[in-house]
Amino acid sequence: MFDTLTERLDGVFSKLRKRGKLHPKQVDNALADVRTALLEADVAVEVADDLVNRVRSRALSEEVLKSLTPAQQVVKIVNEELNVTLGGEHRPFTLPGAPPVVVLVAGVQGSGKTTACAKLAKHLKSKGKRPLLVGADLERPAAVDQLRTLGREIGVPVWSEGRDPIKLAKNSVKEAERTGADVVIIDTAGRLHVDSEMMRQARKIKDVTKPTHVLMACDAMTGQDAVIQAREFMRDVDTTGFILTKLDGDARGGAALSMTAVTGRPIFFAGTGERLDDLEPFYPDRMAGRILGMGDVLTLIEKAQGTVDAEKAAAAAEQMLQGRFNLEDFLEQLRQMRKLGPIQDILKMLPGVPGGKNAVKEMAEEVNEAELRRAEAMILSMTLEERRNPAIISGSRRLRIANGSGTTTADVNQLLKDFEGARKMMRSMMGGKRLPGMARIPGPQLKA
Amino acid sequence: MWFVLVFALLAVLLVIAGTMRIVRRRRAGLGHGRVFPAALEHPAPQRHGEAPPEASPSGGAFRGGGLGSTLKGLFHGGATEATWHELEELLLKADVGPKAASDMVHRVRADHPTGGDVIDTVRTEILSILGPDRPLTLDGRLSVILVVGVNGSGKTTTIGKLAKRLVSEGRIVSVAAADTFRAAAGEQLAIWARVAGAQLIAQDRGADPGAVAFDAVKASEARGVDVLIVDTAGRLHTKQPLMDELSKIARVIEKAGAAVVETFLVLDAQTGQNGIAQARAFTDAVTITGVVLTKTDGSAKGGIVLAVREELGVPVRFVGVGERPNDLRPFDAGVFADRLLSSG
Repeated sequence: MFDTLTERLDGVFSKLRKRGKLHPKQVDNALADVRTALLEADVAVEVADDLVNRVRSRALSEEVLKSLTPAQQVVKIVNEELNVTLGGEHRPFTLPGAPPVVVLVAGVQGSGKTTACAKLAKHLKSKGKRPLLVGADLERPAAVDQLRTLGREIGVPVWSEGRDPIKLAKNSVKEAERTGADVVIIDTAGRLHVDSEMMRQARKIKDVTKPTHVLMACDAMTGQDAVIQAREFMRDVDTTGFILTKLDGDARGGAALSMTAVTGRPIFFAGTGERLDDLEPFYPDRMAGRILGMGDVLTLIEKAQGTVDAEKAAAAAEQMLQGRFNLEDFLEQLRQMRKLGPIQDILKMLPGVPGGKNAVKEMAEEVNEAELRRAEAMILSMTLEERRNPAIISGSRRLRIANGSGTTTADVNQLLKDFEGARKMMRSMMGGKRLPGMARIPGPQLKA
Repeated sequence: MWFVLVFALLAVLLVIAGTMRIVRRRRAGLGHGRVFPAALEHPAPQRHGEAPPEASPSGGAFRGGGLGSTLKGLFHGGATEATWHELEELLLKADVGPKAASDMVHRVRADHPTGGDVIDTVRTEILSILGPDRPLTLDGRLSVILVVGVNGSGKTTTIGKLAKRLVSEGRIVSVAAADTFRAAAGEQLAIWARVAGAQLIAQDRGADPGAVAFDAVKASEARGVDVLIVDTAGRLHTKQPLMDELSKIARVIEKAGAAVVETFLVLDAQTGQNGIAQARAFTDAVTITGVVLTKTDGSAKGGIVLAVREELGVPVRFVGVGERPNDLRPFDAGVFADRLLSSG
């Protein structure tokens, strides 16, 4: 399987380059691959076809055909068109109007409404708002309990009453006025768009609360059905935007692209993890890269900014630049990195190494948390002196470390050997002053 | 060497993050976000209405539309380029996947250049991929059914319905709330246990799911239970530690002396091509013996199960066809194929 569209297109175009100029028919072949890639990313058929047509007309222009790097040119155009389809610019979430304003959260079952409501409440609270969470999902057993528990965790009041979601929703606005809350976030029951009775109920809730926003929660793993759902919800409750949930998996999220395309409504937020902090503003341009399998370095950097201790990181960087990087520093970094989330998730955000075999991806397959924990255990079994100067680790010390960490001396040897290799590599990398360009590290060198 | 990669990754990451953060901090004071234990988003709701008469096997819920009605109309006037294209589009819209859809169209097209009984051929293709139906069979001693899946796929609801089904067959059923992560997951299961007439075995939120499973086995044995259904927390298949936890739960159950006779992967019919990645990861962690396809009462067709069956050999065993407690049916490949090929 091809991992990224770029690789795929590179493959298609490399055959052509030998013959010089690109032929329109060859562009068509390449675009068939683009279409497949889009469909594999769950972009709706109609949206994919429309996009490919737009790309085709642009790609057939002279400058692309004559370009020395037609593959990159086409990918660039695809990227741009994807951005257009995704709604272009990032649209910030604002709540105009006299308080209390109402945000209605709707969606199909299991799309992540309740969690999204809590995350949104936390987000708004951190912006200085006084949210009130309203549990209007009276269908799913214990849904209100779930919201209450989440509300307690984030310190936001949760209100619910009775058995009638419409009356409840109406009263919740009064409750907000009474308690001085300025945003009412209403968690509604999951409803399938084909359930006309439930959709009518949603419309009534909307009518009595006059929400500033009606947000539809949508699972990033949704397939072709996403556009149907988006259209139906749009028609019945006039969705103002989307919250894309569960984006921390490996779903490409083409469904999101399609929902925006067919409704013209933006995605305001993306749920990117299980912590209640894990709600991020949505940036269409980054999503385009994800759909094409090009990584998401920007999000990664932003995430790192949020979690990594700046002073420690700066100190570590200093150490590295001077080639004085020891196991203690490594341990520290390992822990910092752990804060960013599972290693596989982090790796996924990095773009592949362009051209030929993807060494990074291959190695990524080998990395797992268990192995990291083992390495950590071994380092923890070393004395401070040993960590600072691994050269002093003799045979008997190795045995002690192995015993202390529940590993074998062979494991310890391997760790020390790998570390030394890595240190050498780092030194040459830093010496080359190619600091921010992880993607530019050639594959073979990594195999050191 | 993976080690080198991690090392390099760390380094670059931290340097970038460090410098950028310092820059940013100078512009605006930024505090650390507090970390809260969070809840997963995996609920699947249901409305309790009156129970319909005992349900027959199904491939999903039908809403209008006839058997292959779309296709019949499609090939009515013979096969043209456009009709083949439409067939492909129909399969794509059912989430069959671009490669599988185009393969299927090519195969059928080679056999039927002029159209003809295209519908039957496609249907037969689908049936042959799905293989024979495999109903649930349980023997005399304590059988454990482990239920896994990503967040929001409908595990707890499926368990409630399955428990109800088994109870109505005259079995003594207990359900274990090993989803100790999502807020109120235990409460949700408790309500379902009451509806189903099953015993609930639960601990507090945050308890070790392995311990819950272990206790559940012991308690079920002591109470002479026939079937123990274990609910697990929804987990994204990309989170390796959570997948490891799942393997551990399965091991713990075996260690407690019970046999995990079935491990069901609950898959939302709305799932797109990511479904195959999910199935792959869960298969790696535990021995999946079947898929439960949920939410087929919407407009999604669940075509991804074809890829799951083909690549991993995992059959579909049950389908969720609605929100009532009785809306779980044994899977019927014929009905599924008809539904996939219908416009409804």
